[in-house]
Formats: sequence, C-alpha cells, structure tokens
Amino acid sequence: MKKVRVQCQNIELSYGSTPVLKDVSLDIEPGEFFALLGPSGSGKSTLLRLIAGFNRHQRGQLLLDGVDISRQEPWQRNIGMVFQSYALWPHMTVWDNVAFGLVERKLDKATIKAKVGAALELVGLSAFGERRPNQLSGGQQQRVALARTIVIEPQVLLLDEPLSNLDKTLRVQMRQELLSLQRRLGITTIFVTHDQEEAMTTADRMAVLEQGVVQQVGAPATLYDYPVNAFVANFVGTMNTLQGTVRARHADSLVVDVAGVGDLQIPVSAEVLRRTAEQQTVRLSFRPHTLRVDVADARQDARYLWMPGTVEASEFLGEFTRYRVRVGEQRLSVDQPHFAGLSSFVPGGAVSLGLEPTQMRFFTA
Amino acid sequence: MRDSSVAAVAGPQRAGLGLRLGDVSPGVWLAGGLVLAFLLLFLVLPVGRVFITAFLDVDNSFTLAHFSAFFSQTLMREAFLNSLYVAVMSALFAALIAVPLAYFTVRFDFRGAILIQTLGVLPLIMPPFVGAVALQLIFGRSGSLNLLLQEWFGFTLPIMEGLNGVIFVEAIHYFPFILMNLTVALRNIDGAMEEAAMNLGCKGWRLFWRVIFPLGLPGFVAGASLVFVKVFDDLGTPLVMGQTNMLAPQAYLRITQVGLEDPMGYVISVIMIGFSILAMAISAQALRGRDFSTLQKGGASIQKRRLTPLGGFMAYAWIVLILLITLSPHIGVLLLSFAKVWSFSPLPDAYTLEHYATVFQDSSGMIRNTLIYCGLAAGLDVVLGVTIAYLILRTRLPARQWLDWISTASLAVPGIVLAIGFMRLFKGVTLPGTEVLITGTWVAIMLAYAVRRLPYALRSCMAALQQVHISLEEAAESLGATKMRTIRRVVVPLMAGGILAGFVTSFITAAVELSATILLVSAESQAPMSYGIYLYMQSVAGRGPGAALGVLAIAVVALGTYLSHRFVERTSALRAPSKEHS
Repeated sequence: MKKVRVQCQNIELSYGSTPVLKDVSLDIEPGEFFALLGPSGSGKSTLLRLIAGFNRHQRGQLLLDGVDISRQEPWQRNIGMVFQSYALWPHMTVWDNVAFGLVERKLDKATIKAKVGAALELVGLSAFGERRPNQLSGGQQQRVALARTIVIEPQVLLLDEPLSNLDKTLRVQMRQELLSLQRRLGITTIFVTHDQEEAMTTADRMAVLEQGVVQQVGAPATLYDYPVNAFVANFVGTMNTLQGTVRARHADSLVVDVAGVGDLQIPVSAEVLRRTAEQQTVRLSFRPHTLRVDVADARQDARYLWMPGTVEASEFLGEFTRYRVRVGEQRLSVDQPHFAGLSSFVPGGAVSLGLEPTQMRFFTA
Repeated sequence: MRDSSVAAVAGPQRAGLGLRLGDVSPGVWLAGGLVLAFLLLFLVLPVGRVFITAFLDVDNSFTLAHFSAFFSQTLMREAFLNSLYVAVMSALFAALIAVPLAYFTVRFDFRGAILIQTLGVLPLIMPPFVGAVALQLIFGRSGSLNLLLQEWFGFTLPIMEGLNGVIFVEAIHYFPFILMNLTVALRNIDGAMEEAAMNLGCKGWRLFWRVIFPLGLPGFVAGASLVFVKVFDDLGTPLVMGQTNMLAPQAYLRITQVGLEDPMGYVISVIMIGFSILAMAISAQALRGRDFSTLQKGGASIQKRRLTPLGGFMAYAWIVLILLITLSPHIGVLLLSFAKVWSFSPLPDAYTLEHYATVFQDSSGMIRNTLIYCGLAAGLDVVLGVTIAYLILRTRLPARQWLDWISTASLAVPGIVLAIGFMRLFKGVTLPGTEVLITGTWVAIMLAYAVRRLPYALRSCMAALQQVHISLEEAAESLGATKMRTIRRVVVPLMAGGILAGFVTSFITAAVELSATILLVSAESQAPMSYGIYLYMQSVAGRGPGAALGVLAIAVVALGTYLSHRFVERTSALRAPSKEHS
C-alpha cells in the first residue's frame, strides 16, 4: 500500500465569529501514527473532522501527498474514520456494516465477499458476521468499526477518541492491537485523544492543541522532557511549578528569589539566560519524580539545590509514594520510589527537597 | 474517589428498601383491586360480551355462522374491503405528506421547521368529521378548487368523490402521527451514523435510503400503524361524508336500525378489534429489538445544513402548499362558521355572526356537557393512571403488569365497539336506587371516555413517575413520612407536569370523540359538543352553526393544549438541575 503524507498548512476555521482553529500547520509523515492531544474544546476533534471533510476551513490548505483536497466532499476523499461512538448501523448485520463502503464503490459480489471476510478475519470477528452490532461487546464493536473502515483501504485512517468507550483493561489491550494493526498495514494514522498516556504510549509523534493553536509537535519523549511552554508541560505528565523573581544574572547561572524559600542560584544554559531579564517573573518547572526528598537534617548532596518543606499529605501508589509538600507559599508534588522496608514521611514532618538543575525548565510569563 | 464511596454506601440501602417493598401492604392490594374492578367492569366485560355475542348461536352454543353470514353478504364484504382499502391508502398518503416534512425539519436549518412542527400538529386537535363538510366546500365537485380549475383550465379533480374523499380527509388529519414519530426518531439518530456512511463514500439519495430512513423506520412504522388503526376504526368521517359501505358505519347502522340483537354489529366489532390488534402487533414486531435511537449522551444529532436560496424557495413553496392543504379543514370550518351563504362559489358570498349566536342560544348545554364529561373522565384517568403507575413502578403487587396491559389494550377497542359492549352488558341495569337505565345516562358516556383515554393518561403518569428518582421518596420516608404522606407530599407534586399532560391529552381527545358518543347519547339534553356538531352537519341549514360549534371546540382544545404545554415546560425547566444530579 502506498503511504500518504498529510499536510495542514495555515488552516483557520471559525464557527461564526468564534475561532476554533488558528493557523494550524502540521506535517504528518507517510505511515506515521500521529496523535492529536488536547483538552476538550481545544479543536482537536474539529481538526480531525476537517481532514475527513465534515468541517470546512476558511483559510489554509489540506494536502494529501501534495494535492489540496480542501474542496473534496467527504465521500470523495477515501479517508477512513472510526467514530468515537463507533456509529455502527443497528439496522444492518456486522457483515453488512463492513460491506457498506465496498457496496458504495460498486465492487462485484465475489470481491466484496472476499474483502469483508478478510477484514473480519483481521480483527478476529469472522464468526460474528451475522450478528447485529448491539449483540456485541464494546471491544467487539470497536473492532467492527475498525474493520468497516480499513476494508475500503483508505489512504489515511482517522480515529476519534477510539478507546474512550472501553474499560481500562480493554483499553490497554485495544491500544496494542490498534498499534500492531497500524504497523502491519503501514497506513498513515491520525488519532485524537485527551488522554496523554494513550497518546504517549502509541504515537510516533504527537501534537498538543490548546484553544485552536498547535502548541508543540514532536515525539512523546521530546514533549515530556522539553515542553516549550507551561501548558504543554502541565498537559503532558504531571508538573510542579515554583514561581520566582530573577534577582541577578551571572555568566552561567541565575539567582531566583522564590517566595518562602529565598534565593536559589541555578545553573542555566545560555538559551535560558538570553530570554530572561532581571526582575522578571519566571516559573521553574520540574517533574515530581526528579525531586529528591530527604529528612530535614540529612547531609545534603551538592548536585542538588536544596530547600526546606513540610509534608502535608501522602498517597501510596505502589511503585512510588506521592507526597504533597508545602514550600513557602507554594505546594509541590514529590514522588519517592517505593521499596519494601523504606520508611515514609508522615504528614506534618519537615523535609528537605532536592532539585536537580538539569531536569528543570524555565518558563517566562 | 468520592463518587465511588458514595455509591458504595447508597447500594446496600437501596437493596434494603427493595426488600421492604416486597411486602405488599393491604393498601396496595386494595388500590390494585379497585383498579382491576374498574377495568373489568368497564373494559374487559363489555368487550368480552361483544366477542361472546359474535360467536354465540341462538341456543347459546359456539358458532361461526355469524361470520360466514357476514362474508356471504356482498354488502358486508364490500364494506370490509372498503375499510381496509381506505385505511391502507390513508396511511400511504399520510406518509407522502409526513416523510418529506419530517426530513426537512431534521435535515435543514431554516425557519420553516418551526412552522412545520407547530402547524403540523394542528390537524390533530380537530376530528376529521368536523372538517369533512368544510372540505366538501373547498375540494368537492362544486367546491372552491374545482370551480377555479373549471373556470381557468376546464377540468376538475375528483378529490372528494366516494372513498377518495374519506382517504383525503383522513390522510390530512392523521399525517401528524407519522410526522411526530418520524421526526423524533430521526432526531435521535447519532450524527456519526450519517457521517460514517459519507466517510465510506455514500451520499444523497443512497444515504437517505440506506442509512437515514432505515434508522427512522421504527418511528415511521409506529406512526403509520397508528394512522391505519385510527382510520380503520373511524365512524364519524364516513358517516358525515355519506360513505356508509364501510365497517364502522355498518356496525352503527345495524345496531341503531336493526337493533341490539343483530349479530352483524358484533361480528364487525370483532373484525375491527382484530385488525387493530393485528396492526399494533405488526408494529410491535417491527420495533422489537430495534431501539435505533442511537444518540448518545453528549453526541450530536444529524448535522443541519443550510439551504441554498433556490432550495430554500422550493422547500418553502412545498411546505406552504402542504400546510395549506392540511389547514384547509380549519380554514374551511372557520369560513363556514361566518358564512351566510356558501354554495357554488370559491368563497362565501356574505358573512355573518348569527351562527355563533344560534350556537350559544341552542347549544350552550352541549358545551357545558363536554366540559363536565371530559373533565370527569380525564380526572378519573389521571387518578387511575397515577395509581397504576405507582403500583407497577413502586410495589411488588403480583401480576401488576396486567393492569398496564389491560389499560393499554383499550387502544385497540374502537369507540363504537365499547359503546356496543356497554349497551349489551348493562342492558336493563339501572342506577342504584332509581329507575334510570345506566346506558340512558351521561355516566355511561363519561365512563366510555375514561376507558378509551386511559392509555394516554397512563403513559404520561408512567413517564412522570419514572423520572422521580426513588431516593427522593426514600429521603421523605427516612424523615418520618408514611407511604401515603410521601405520595401526597413528594411523589404527586413531582409528577404534576406529567399528570397535567395526561389530563389534558385525555380531555382534548375525549372532547372530540364521536364514535362512542353517537351510540350512547339517548337524549339531546345530554349530548356533548362532538355530537352536536355531527347533528348540525346532517342538514345544509345546520352547517353554519355546526361549524361555529366546531370552531369553539377547536378553541377549547387548542387553549388546553397550549396551557398544559406552557405548564409542563415551566415545571420541567424547574426540575432540570435536579434531574442532572440523579
């Protein structure tokens, strides 16, 4: 199968006077498994539906292998979409559902029979052709919806929150099935989700959307480790933020005054130095697991920046214990890996938190 | 976290209450017994009596002779085939009117949709027999339309000739059943159902026939079978239009002219009930396991499209034409009620208010009778409805479902059949302590109304009670209220909207009921408006006052509908936040 490149160039879409997508540009590689991640109302579903042809953008181009398909109707595009609700027609059997697109393409009966059989075989539902959709479990319905879409051999596969209607164990299993199917077919796939774990575990690359604007595009690890702004940092994984004011700038470090902690001298890169000014408010962001937590009077490792805090609450999550620690006026989440025999900190106790400078991100404004 | 702990606590409590509901208290037995007695006495026994009479020989042995006699008479065979033909064709024409209108309102984003939804329901508030005479004047051989056609183009359309006329009148009166059911069904289709088809390469007509219409089909079948039953059982329209070679008029004529002992009336009754049940069974069979309302919480219905200017013009032209036809009975009745002379002319020659004066002078008793009979019948219906709903949904009374089934079964009993059953069962029975025959009093009319309209009130009450979360009652009981007090202070107030809706539906449909009335009215002093209209319409001179009375009946019905609609909307708006909570 020929793998197709999908490009969105400066796409703008608004409903009346409400802008929904603002200058969206994406370049999705042939054969890529690409995730659109964002909170509800971010425009991710709108973008997906736009690619399918159900929404029309007012400006910009939508290119499939370099050809602008903006003016094509949904039924002309040959872009397959799996709907969040599956949208299986209850008045047709599973077989008829899967055959639907082939009938529309006026294929002969024998071909339809062979292709539908193969598609059902692929999703492991060969024995279910005569059933009605409402006689199937959620996971089976999902597979029928998938078979119905891939049987027409679409150029691009769109998945709208494909796993949101499944329970948790099934979700993990279907996630893996989806991925292996996509790898086997090699079809360019775009899927929408609000679940960052789902996006990170499956996608080759992902785009984070917020209020109709693409915030960042990249591999999951890139977005996790190097978020470009506070929104991405907070949306992809859990993030701590300390607010402070820049007191002084040195050759390779900044002095930041954090309320309730005092001045912290932080080694930083030239890039960070360049975009900060004295007296500027900055946000220091770091992941809960990058913090060290130790008893208040412990010998302190010089690789870390240490600050005092008070434990307010703790949650035991198995692999780790998450502490809520008050530092000055601000609260931080701290994850401590858990092993048998490790003693935990009790709420109300004083602790020292160690910040590793290389794991820290600076956001201005 | 918090949610799950709350649910965990609530679970056992609810189970505990369920167990307590298991003990059926004497009060529940009593209520169930009273309801059952009412249903037996005024529905099961009268109808059963009709059946028995139809199958009974002179020497009280079982026989099919009456049926073979029925089918050996040319007149009866013709009446049977005519009724079947008219019912099928009416459903067909009603579908032709309703399907495009329903599709327009769901598919396109234009103001005509509201027009369709409001004006489309209007035909229902006027019984077809009222409009029939007016329609003669508009579409008849020498009616407005044909006079104009003759003058301009030199030809006429036989719209109102013979059975055509009955079909035409019935179709434009009953198409709203299909319109309403189909519109709801189409609205409940998940928009993704259509988009998935488009995504797979389907569009236009194929999209409609392969996906949208099949998904709306249950609604369509429900509506169409209702039209069939209504038309098949209708007595007033064929009578007013002089088409007596149909089943219901034949039964009426047999009973009134040959007498209560003539078996043909009973045979016809059995056939009518049989076909009503058959139509309902077919529709139930078609609907079984096909709850296609696929719209999920948070999902969007079918995306509305904007019409192009040309498309908009065409759509409006079509809608206006259809609505003009469907509203012509109303317009006609209104014109007729003000017309001094209206004969052989497109519009009345002169206008007058004297028909209204006549009506108020001669027939104010009829208006009063309608208000009394229908008010009492509807009141009885909601009392029965609330009781049955409560017994079914909140108690463990054995076989309680039967109360619902029996009540609902009265939908399949034509008014004339119930009336015949009453006359037969209560023949010679007098009101306690008096010499007055029950069938000779207005009580029989009122009871017939109550039995016939009970299903409407019951459905409203069931729906209303289903929306009252049981925890609201549990809260009242845990605060010390007894069962009766809880029902009075919590359940009934919360059901108020549904109860009122049930009352009004019962009231307005009873107000225009003719087929039971016409047999049970034994003196003009006890006649309600519907009977009065029928009487007036018999003579040419009476048409004016008859139309005036018809306009008054429509006004009463329309006002009631509007008021209840407003009230229901207000109470449900009030309740909206708490509903979300449960």
